Amino acid sequence: MKDFTYAAPATLQEATRLLTAANGSARILAGGTDIIVQLREGLRDAGQVIDVKKIPELMELSFSPQHGLRLGAAVPCYCIYENAEIAKAYPALVDSARIIGGWQIQSRASIGGNLCNSSPAADSIPSLIAHHAFAEVVGPAGKRKVAVESFCTAPGRNVLQQGELLVALVFPPTMPHSGSAYERFIPRNEMDIAVVGVGTRVQLNQACDKIEFARIGLAAVAPTPKFAQEASEWLAGKPLAEETYAQAGELAKKVATPISDMRGPAEYRTHLVGVLVKRTLEKAVERAKGK
Amino acid sequence: MSTEDLYLGKKSYSVLGQRPVRHDGADKVTGKAVYTSDLQLPNMAQGRIIRSPHAHAKIKSIYTAAALKLPGVLAVVTGEDWPNLEEKFAIMGEAGAVNLHHLANNCLAKGKVVYKGHAVAAVAATTLAIAEEAARLIKVEYEILPSVTWVLDAMKPDAPILLPSLRTDSMGKKGTEPTNIATHIQFEQGNIAEGFKQADVIVEREFRTASVHQGYIEPHVSVALWNEDNRLKIWTSTQGSFNCRQQVSELLQVPVSQVVVVPCEIGGGFGGKITVYLEPVAALLSRRCGRPVKLSMQRNEVFEGTGPTPGSYAKVKIGVKKDGTITAGEAWLAYDCGAFPGGVIGPGAMCVFSCYEFPNAKVDGYDVLDNKPHTQAYRAPGATQAAFACEQVIDELAAKLKMDPIEFRLKNAAKEGTRRVDGPVYPRVGFIETLKAAQNSDHWKSKLTGKNRGRGIASGFWFNIGGASSCSASVNDDGSVTLVEGSTDIGGTRTSVAMQLAETLGITAQDVRPQVGDTDSVGYTFLTGGSRVTFATGLAAYKLGLDLQEQMKQRAAALWDVESAAVKVENGKYSSNGKSLTFKELAGKIPGAKLDPVVGRASVSPEGSTNGFGTHICDVEVDPETGKVTILRYTAIQDAGKAVHPSYVEGQMQGGSVQGIGWALNEEYFFDDQSRMKNASFLDYRMPTSLDVPMIETIIVEVPNPSHPFGVRGVGETPIVPPPATVANAIHAATGLRFTELPMSPPKVWKALSTK
Ligand SMILES: Cc1cc2nc3c(=O)[nH]c(=O)nc-3n(C[C@H](O)[C@H](O)[C@H](O)COP(=O)(O)OP(=O)(O)OC[C@H]3O[C@@H](n4cnc5c(N)ncnc54)[C@H](O)[C@@H]3O)c2cc1C
Repeated sequence: MKDFTYAAPATLQEATRLLTAANGSARILAGGTDIIVQLREGLRDAGQVIDVKKIPELMELSFSPQHGLRLGAAVPCYCIYENAEIAKAYPALVDSARIIGGWQIQSRASIGGNLCNSSPAADSIPSLIAHHAFAEVVGPAGKRKVAVESFCTAPGRNVLQQGELLVALVFPPTMPHSGSAYERFIPRNEMDIAVVGVGTRVQLNQACDKIEFARIGLAAVAPTPKFAQEASEWLAGKPLAEETYAQAGELAKKVATPISDMRGPAEYRTHLVGVLVKRTLEKAVERAKGK
Repeated sequence: MSTEDLYLGKKSYSVLGQRPVRHDGADKVTGKAVYTSDLQLPNMAQGRIIRSPHAHAKIKSIYTAAALKLPGVLAVVTGEDWPNLEEKFAIMGEAGAVNLHHLANNCLAKGKVVYKGHAVAAVAATTLAIAEEAARLIKVEYEILPSVTWVLDAMKPDAPILLPSLRTDSMGKKGTEPTNIATHIQFEQGNIAEGFKQADVIVEREFRTASVHQGYIEPHVSVALWNEDNRLKIWTSTQGSFNCRQQVSELLQVPVSQVVVVPCEIGGGFGGKITVYLEPVAALLSRRCGRPVKLSMQRNEVFEGTGPTPGSYAKVKIGVKKDGTITAGEAWLAYDCGAFPGGVIGPGAMCVFSCYEFPNAKVDGYDVLDNKPHTQAYRAPGATQAAFACEQVIDELAAKLKMDPIEFRLKNAAKEGTRRVDGPVYPRVGFIETLKAAQNSDHWKSKLTGKNRGRGIASGFWFNIGGASSCSASVNDDGSVTLVEGSTDIGGTRTSVAMQLAETLGITAQDVRPQVGDTDSVGYTFLTGGSRVTFATGLAAYKLGLDLQEQMKQRAAALWDVESAAVKVENGKYSSNGKSLTFKELAGKIPGAKLDPVVGRASVSPEGSTNGFGTHICDVEVDPETGKVTILRYTAIQDAGKAVHPSYVEGQMQGGSVQGIGWALNEEYFFDDQSRMKNASFLDYRMPTSLDVPMIETIIVEVPNPSHPFGVRGVGETPIVPPPATVANAIHAATGLRFTELPMSPPKVWKALSTK
């Protein structure tokens, strides 16, 4: 690992100033569970490491049923699932937060870092997509909002421009009769990268016998996490039945363009999209029904 | 072996069979045990190895000038720094004749690299950061050659040739053409044509297994100090300090008397820490810069540059009569040995039919080079692949005959007098007893219900070797005994050896303070491997006990002024004419009475094998949608001869089972189309975690080994032999499908189920 300088700015302004001055050689440090490993292994270089945990906006965690959730980009995973109100409102997000590493990792790792690391297999991004979250970005030119499904642009790359950083993830308020779930497939039961990850959210009608609205996010089946739009929209108005979920799975497979590698052949990954869409929809519906 | 080593026929023991706290326990659980990487010597330099990014290439040039110019860089060495070892061989105990040129080349390549991760140069610097920077500055120019990683491809006539001078040694006859087939061996007994004619049912199948790594947690690490007086001292993580000393002395062409090897605590080896990698290279660097040099591997270097165990192909054919009697067996086995000749096909071929009575059998075995790291032993080397094949054919035959798989095995089980296909005739062995214990086990008797579930059973054999061991001890005036032995302790053997000394002397395990000596402070001791330590070093400890006891008798006689013959010893009590003293009391009187201190020693070199058999039972559930296999319940049954410390025997059975389950389900080397390993990390090389296996249940069977005074058999390796076959038989029971390729990973299982 090469030497670098370290800075821990206390304001957004100072952070953007440092980022701009570094001219591309700075790396942001949130929980550090990706970046420290990558620097040590020589996968990334840094002239300067900028710790963002002292910036209040990035450590903010606020929720109200009317306004939804504001999740500061550097808030560690455990804060999410240890907050009962948030855990109840955003179950897919909680599934993801509980799956990323073990509890030691979860006490450091942030959802913002997971998104900015922009791995195609990131465990939180399908849930962010399912929850319809957007990313709040601040840079030299001011503030902008980016839909999470268009945040990543390629493996390890995203829309952030030089000088920009992610401030927070903003989630819409949850509706009655809605539920969500995230599941990934891994060959072992721990310590693995998703072969496929699927996050789904459903909102049911008053009678709880039909889906009114749904969103499905996929990971590890394309160079970036994907919003399965056709499958999501098709689900509106459909009955709560196994065939519905299976059909949605078939439609979701259409956006999967996986590669074959040591984590699984392409054909198998595409097949798993169908299995996991079905399984997460079943779970999301159960949760929506209050079970 | 002399007759006095034979089983004493004792039924009750005071120390053996107890579970005392291990002597190294406190150090290990408090983090105070000293491993090689903990060493900090004055002025110690740090080294890095530069490795090949290509699987097969000529080294055109190595440019080191820029690295040498970097401030803080102390030395750079390459394959050109070896002494001339062309055509030199060294006899390395049971490891056989080792071609030193190949061994040296594996540590630092000369002329050519033959696998990705092959070491080409090494650098030492004042800090690790400088060494890493220097490693980046060393530029190697390669000419890439075609490569091969699958054993059957490597055997084809048009395969890329790894060693142009290699000719096949086929039963002592040398071939004439360049080839990757280093050796062809053949074992035969009876007449298989006749045997198959007598058979009513014949099953023949092909099997394939992927390369897997030993996966020890501690990466290789060594420190070497080549002093001004030409004495070389090495601290290292090794399974055999004397074997390490011999390899280093042969490779550097210095006498063994110039080399001392200090074995530090070891974080696992499983067969992979017998051959040297870093030790001679650290020595070369130290000689160049005059300082101690530490070289340590990262995990990716361990995967890419050490181990693994062979990838293999097997074709097995067995014939049986309607009543279940085996009439004939034929096996054709090809194991890769990686980039240099000398793999584990020998034991594989000896073990494939070793569990049963085969009146007619023939086994052909091939040792084949390909572009992988040179294969190393891995717990019962070669036997797991062979059992994966044979035990599935056995399972299928039992099903075809509608016989219970245990009854079928019992009918043909190897027993005293059975002749193995490679020649040896078994003395008293305990295979039948493990099968009966399986039959009576709670697991086998329990009912397995539920969809997609199945139960499998399979057996396995491993030799468990003898070899030379030495130890010495002195009696302290508080009655404790300081024991120095030469076996590096991987599995708790300090305690199991100390217990045998304690049993002999009639004292407690805690009264013995065991330590592993370096090569200057204990007599020659062959490596820790082949499940030999508790057996062979334990035998030495028993003899050491007799030696100490005899001397203690003499001291008692002197104290009481009687003939030594008039002193009786029973359970550690020395008595004569109504006077009696315990071992402790007697020890306490020696200094005061100005008697000679008591110092004992013993050395042994038992020959032959102690023959360990095991039988495993496994319940699985297969997820038909994902192909993922969950192990629901697993029981390992094994003949330990005499379980000296039952917890360690259970630990070995559990550890071996878990490694075998990993081998069965997920572990494998993935290569890209350029033969480069793609998954050189514990993230993508998927060993089981604690969440992937249930508690492994164990049943220890004790059929005393006739060639050890306490009946001890080796136990460390047998438990890895049955698991892949056991799991495969269970998956077959759950799905109706035979999986003949390892690993039985989710994509493969799903694919097979979805095309059923
Ligand atoms: C043992 C272990 C297990 C793991 N298991 C999982 C797992 O199961 N699933 C999974 O998805 N991941 C896993 N990870 C990866 C990692 O923990 C997650 O991606 C985590 O969410 C990263 O968050 P962090 O806060 O640690 O990010 P950091 O490492 O601090 O940052 C990650 C990247 O994002 C950038 N970044 C961080 N914050 C910002 C910001 N505000 N604005 C702009 N850029 C920013 C950083 O510069 C860096 O490039 C694991 C890692 C380890 C070490």
